Amino acid sequence: MRAMRVVCASTVAAGLLIGAPPASAQDVQALRQEIDQLRREFETLKQQYGDRLSALEAKLAVAPGGAAPAQPAAAQPPAAQPTAQVPPGAEGAGGPTGALPVYGAAVAGSKVFNPDIAVIGDFLGAAGTNELHPDPFGPGDAPRALQMHESEAAFQAVVDPYARADFFISFGESGVELEEGYLTFTTLPGGLLTKVGKMRAAFGKVNTLHNHVLPWSDRPLVINNLVGGEDGISDAGISVARLIPNPWLFLEATGQVFRGDAGPDEQPLFRASKRGDVSYVGHVRAYQDITEDSNLDFGFSYSRGHNTAGQLDAEDTGRFITNLYGLDATFRWRPLQRSIYHSFVGRTEWIWSRRDQLNGLQSGSGVYVSGDYQFARRWFAGARYDRSNRADEASLLDTGGSFVLTYWPSEFSQVRGQYRRTNYALGQTANELLFQFQFSIGAHGAHPF
Amino acid sequence: MKFFIALTITLALVPLPARAQGKLTVITATEDLAAIAREVAGDRASIESLARGYQDPHYVEPKPSFILKLQKADVLVVVGRELEIGWLPPLIQQSRNSRIQPGADGYLDASLQAEILEIPQGQITRAMGDVHPLGNPHYWLDPENGKRIAKEVADKFSQLRPNDRAYYEQRLADFSTRLDAAEKRWLGMLAPYRGTKVVTYHRSFPNFAQRFGLDIIGYVEPRPGIPPTPQHTLDLINEMKRQNVKLVLVEPYFDLKTPNAIARDTGGQALVMPPSVGGVKDVTDYFKLFDYDLNLLINAIKKIGGTVSRIRNPLSIEVGDAPGWQGAKRENIGNIRAMSNAASRDAAPAECQRISDSGH
Repeated sequence: MRAMRVVCASTVAAGLLIGAPPASAQDVQALRQEIDQLRREFETLKQQYGDRLSALEAKLAVAPGGAAPAQPAAAQPPAAQPTAQVPPGAEGAGGPTGALPVYGAAVAGSKVFNPDIAVIGDFLGAAGTNELHPDPFGPGDAPRALQMHESEAAFQAVVDPYARADFFISFGESGVELEEGYLTFTTLPGGLLTKVGKMRAAFGKVNTLHNHVLPWSDRPLVINNLVGGEDGISDAGISVARLIPNPWLFLEATGQVFRGDAGPDEQPLFRASKRGDVSYVGHVRAYQDITEDSNLDFGFSYSRGHNTAGQLDAEDTGRFITNLYGLDATFRWRPLQRSIYHSFVGRTEWIWSRRDQLNGLQSGSGVYVSGDYQFARRWFAGARYDRSNRADEASLLDTGGSFVLTYWPSEFSQVRGQYRRTNYALGQTANELLFQFQFSIGAHGAHPF
Repeated sequence: MKFFIALTITLALVPLPARAQGKLTVITATEDLAAIAREVAGDRASIESLARGYQDPHYVEPKPSFILKLQKADVLVVVGRELEIGWLPPLIQQSRNSRIQPGADGYLDASLQAEILEIPQGQITRAMGDVHPLGNPHYWLDPENGKRIAKEVADKFSQLRPNDRAYYEQRLADFSTRLDAAEKRWLGMLAPYRGTKVVTYHRSFPNFAQRFGLDIIGYVEPRPGIPPTPQHTLDLINEMKRQNVKLVLVEPYFDLKTPNAIARDTGGQALVMPPSVGGVKDVTDYFKLFDYDLNLLINAIKKIGGTVSRIRNPLSIEVGDAPGWQGAKRENIGNIRAMSNAASRDAAPAECQRISDSGH
């Protein structure tokens, strides 16, 4: 009996197994036919509608402006659709007749290819006295208490499947300047990230940053004294960066060649007087996550270019060179689950300048150490210590320090107050209260980390 | 059985070729997408998310260590709708990986087929806060969208690994079936509480609320991305008292001070409700996300007295205005039939008859 049952069951099972697939195969066949049928019907329908549509378009195009009565489309101004005559001969060859609409003419839809545009305003104010540097934020002599320091217009878009372009145009107190404008090739083989254009050089950290992402309203003493201040090393050139594969950490090497002009006119860092006077920047960056909340970032930078110490009557008779070496280290902490409320960034940069001059080599160095703590969603407090020799007179040492308090009404605006004390080498002391309003409109792209 | 037959046919028609191109390396922006991609890909892809589930996905630090991950990726799956606009673009740019650049084959925006809510109409300005011009990007909190995301992912994987198409499609079908069953269960769990009014911190739950019949009457944030202000909090408390609303749903990455104060004032409760897989330790996959959130919600409603804040009209509770409610029911009936054997199928018409008779 049991055997019988087993046999029965097996027969049924076998029947199912054998029977089922052919049945389904037929189903599949039937479905396929049905789909084909539908496809044919759809094609015919499409053909019909297409014909009717083009006939209508041709009719509309032929009709002189608004003359076609009782046509609903006649309300449209005739200029909305420019037309072109069919070239002679096309008619006989079975081509369309009459006028054809011109596609690709300027229409509202072309806006989608406009770049992302943003404008960032940077308004600065200063109180207190500074006899040595009356302009609190620049190398000039104008004692500016209030200034619309910079209006930075950013235009950013993808160029084609191989590259993107970024332009940052800075409208300052004394004119317009192309702050950066470069092409980035994103898909080059060999893991090379290549930029061509005018760009801020990859020397250290602060030199790479635009004003509006700095944690202070000014730039540290060492940057002003040794690396060309706000303008910094920002020049026309070519940059190639490559990741160095290794199993331990993020390691990136960058090599850059520039025309050889850096720093403001009042206090130039590099100046090229011949085509061959290019400047070089090399940078190695190592980054490692410590935990998911914290990480360390180290960099070594080198730069070399011609300085102006040997220039006499606009001729570079001295051919003197400046070599710059930089070390930077950043520690970041941001607890992931409370990332919008608390964070800390500790950063230091040490820079060594070796400047050849008529009176011999000036070897000076400088450093800043800063810490910024975000203690609430919109509040940041920070401090900075400054110390730097002067590039052309390395025996002179300036020191200083700042306290900073920043408030963010939103991601798009920022109010900052800063107390700055500077002890200049020859005895002057400046106590200044700086404040800053920053605001951004439009679609400003995210910044690199 | 259907599944088994389908599998047999597939096996018969497509002799499994050796996978010439090896395992897919997939990077996703968030853990939800990673969880769904895992359902689809099984062991044929290595999948990793950049953001953690307990992290605010709008504000992720673009760490260089992410560049290393993106450099090796075959596929990058993003939430889209500008959720990642603040951190992902520079990472993709620096990834040196042409496969995952926007527009390339390996770049997948998971939102393209999903149902997107709160797409702003007319002129929008930043005065409205951090609005997303392309609609609310928190769309994954609806199982129906989960299926759509899975379909997108399966299509993309199949496109890149055509030899594995059948495998991905079978896993997609399996995932959809399980999700349908789960959705039916979830809707059943919440059915008695449909129409419950709640307040949420950020606009993270519109799809969730629509699917499960919650009524969101306000937000702790006065505007998206703007932290709470005293005046707005006061207004919100008054409105909650007026409408007898007791629940404040808070994403795990927001501060609980204001929500707790609101809960104290209204005699309600602030619930930390993860909107993402990985938002709390126990939520390790897409199914557990809904299990966890719905249980949390139902327990809280029961605790504070579930009947007080619901819609009065029982008819609207029964029918529900969420579009997926009836659709889900219908699909589930289909699945049950597909899985039942012949005998019970024969019995079914009589039973149906009896039920419909008694109904009249």
